[in-house]
Amino acid sequence: MQQIAIVGYQQSDCVSWAGATNEVELIMPVLRRVFDQVGLANAQDVDFVCSGSCDYLQGAAFAFVAGVDALGAVPPIKESHVEMDAAWALYESMLKIRMGHAKSALIYGFGKSSPGELPIVLSQQLDPYYLAPQWVDTISLAAMQARLMLDQGLITERDMAEVVARSRGNALNNPHAQLSGDIAVDELLAQETYVSPLRKSDCPPVSDGASAVIICTVEQAIEWGVPYAIISGIDHRIESHNLAMRDLTDSVSTRQAAQGAGMADGSVDVAELYAPFSHQEIILTRALGLGENTQVNPSGGVLAGNLMMASGLSRIGELFNRITSGEARRGIAHATSGPCLQHNLVTVVESA
Amino acid sequence: MANLAAVVGIGQTKYTTKRGDVSIAGLVREAAANALEDAGLGWDDIEAVIIGKAPDMFEGVIMPEIYLTDALGCNGKPMLRVHTAGSVGGSTALVAASHVQSGTFKRVLTVAFEKQSESNAMWALSTPQPFSVHLNAGAGGYFAPIIREYMRRSEAPYDVGIKVAVKDRLHGARNPLAHLQKPDITLQEVEESFMLWDPLRFLEACPSSDGACAMVIASEDLAEQSPKPPAWIRGVAMRSEPTMYAGREEVSPQAGRDCAADVYQQAGITDPRRDLDCAEVYVPFSWYEPMWLENLGFAAEGEGWKLTMEGATSLDEGGDIPWNPSGGVLCSNPIGASGMIRFAEAARQVRGDAGAHQVEGAKLALGHAYGGGAQFFSMWVVGSEKS
Repeated sequence: MQQIAIVGYQQSDCVSWAGATNEVELIMPVLRRVFDQVGLANAQDVDFVCSGSCDYLQGAAFAFVAGVDALGAVPPIKESHVEMDAAWALYESMLKIRMGHAKSALIYGFGKSSPGELPIVLSQQLDPYYLAPQWVDTISLAAMQARLMLDQGLITERDMAEVVARSRGNALNNPHAQLSGDIAVDELLAQETYVSPLRKSDCPPVSDGASAVIICTVEQAIEWGVPYAIISGIDHRIESHNLAMRDLTDSVSTRQAAQGAGMADGSVDVAELYAPFSHQEIILTRALGLGENTQVNPSGGVLAGNLMMASGLSRIGELFNRITSGEARRGIAHATSGPCLQHNLVTVVESA
Repeated sequence: MANLAAVVGIGQTKYTTKRGDVSIAGLVREAAANALEDAGLGWDDIEAVIIGKAPDMFEGVIMPEIYLTDALGCNGKPMLRVHTAGSVGGSTALVAASHVQSGTFKRVLTVAFEKQSESNAMWALSTPQPFSVHLNAGAGGYFAPIIREYMRRSEAPYDVGIKVAVKDRLHGARNPLAHLQKPDITLQEVEESFMLWDPLRFLEACPSSDGACAMVIASEDLAEQSPKPPAWIRGVAMRSEPTMYAGREEVSPQAGRDCAADVYQQAGITDPRRDLDCAEVYVPFSWYEPMWLENLGFAAEGEGWKLTMEGATSLDEGGDIPWNPSGGVLCSNPIGASGMIRFAEAARQVRGDAGAHQVEGAKLALGHAYGGGAQFFSMWVVGSEKS
């Protein structure tokens, strides 16, 4: 099968409130930087463009249509969109390249979550007849999941706080992070709970911003003469929407996706996991069987800044950065969607 | 080169104003089950599900694939949700096809739907946005001025739209799944229906429908074993352009012309009117038939309305290039599914499985969808033969 390379990744700062900056204005600087990184003029220089966004963050049908304005799509371009995290837009783009209809693709994701109440907004992705009318928010569902793990003795609150402390510490090296710092586990544990057993620090911040990735065939990457990393596998799986039917302390679909992506075929030096809540990083690490040889979320992960609809794509981009900088030879990036890690995508990236 | 793929199963629901007997999940499952039955397959034979619909704000369900996975037998499998405005039904079929054409999957299920009775499209399309002109007009109000510009340029007679409205409803009367059933419709009835958005009368506009459409798309080797004839996918194309830019040609958008040229080139079509046997084209408002006849190269610029008036696009008048033999969007409009219905109906024609609206001997057909401010296009050409 056609080998596909990542050649560019850029992300905006994760900010808690982008003010009057609109979505196009969030996207455009990131696209400019990623084009410059690869030496391209604009979207006309790639064969396919695919984006991920969510109308409900903007409060408008067809929010992504404005995104096209950021592309310079004159003359018309080959373009598509998923109402999912842009990691899935990357998946769609890979199919396009594999079928020979494109040699290169620009993928971008964006979200301006600050104008709404994100946890409440996302309650409307639940079953519209039985669950959504109860407005069960994402934090409450995650809290229930954490409570199950605590009650079963699978984790302690200290384990959760350790995830947060490491995230904040790692984020000191990430110039785009929203939350970073040296913070002691005991200091975190001294904080009040927010939605018990979760403390605010166990939850992701609400962030505005965008990220973009450029992928292409290896031949194209060589022609462009830019550093690249190889996507050696990608897969995604969904599981039941009925929370009572799932073992919420595990992530079966993540394991299935990792198997499909061929994670076990080599070492995993780095794992960038889209774990919006601290206990979910532990679920994912265990579901994937990651050990001490794997560095988890060196970017700080989404606890340090969570760009809805772009965070999954950013995980792939952060992994690309680790590999092209020589810090890692092989790793995985994970993306998630839905309540309590319902839908998961795993990408394996290797050095060229 | 893309791997060969084919449609091996098609399932639709009966389109109607309100399907109060089923939930959204029930609606999509019905179409999917029909497609599986048509393909002689079961849920376990499907490797991935690709779903599409128009904006989430229509039904008020964010990322509905999350809720619909159980109904579509997708647990443990990959599920992708496409959203490209009104063209989404077509784009979803293309993304589904790419799962097979890329060699990644052998057999996938694709479903598109809209349950307009549980939604309010006019509201969802008209929410005011900061820094933007508030266009509280819905789709018809947006397209009416563009149609008037077409009429001015082409000097078409005032009743071309009326003719399309009657023609498509007579086609729809042959299709038991069509929402509007108007076998006795007359030109006079359309002309006397009230003006909605000048020049579009009530009967020149599409209805609001509940419905879902599904297809099973399989690889070459599996399609060859299929119990019913496959519809081979001979060309696939998508194009997008911005809603507004200086000098934009809104009557015959460049993105539509480029998309058609791309898909024709793949399918070896040089003269679409001659080479194709029929077309299922997204015509939600009557006048878009002559406009798309020109945009898609079936007629020269300014000449599209003549084909319509001559009956070239009519099954009942024995036209040489029937457009929308199923009755088209003017008969059934579950918005997110409308594009996929075009793609599926094109496939039904080349499978020889279109019942009373079958175009005799159809071997090559075009499926077309468009969306946004006529800025997103998706098309495929399907054939009874592989090449």
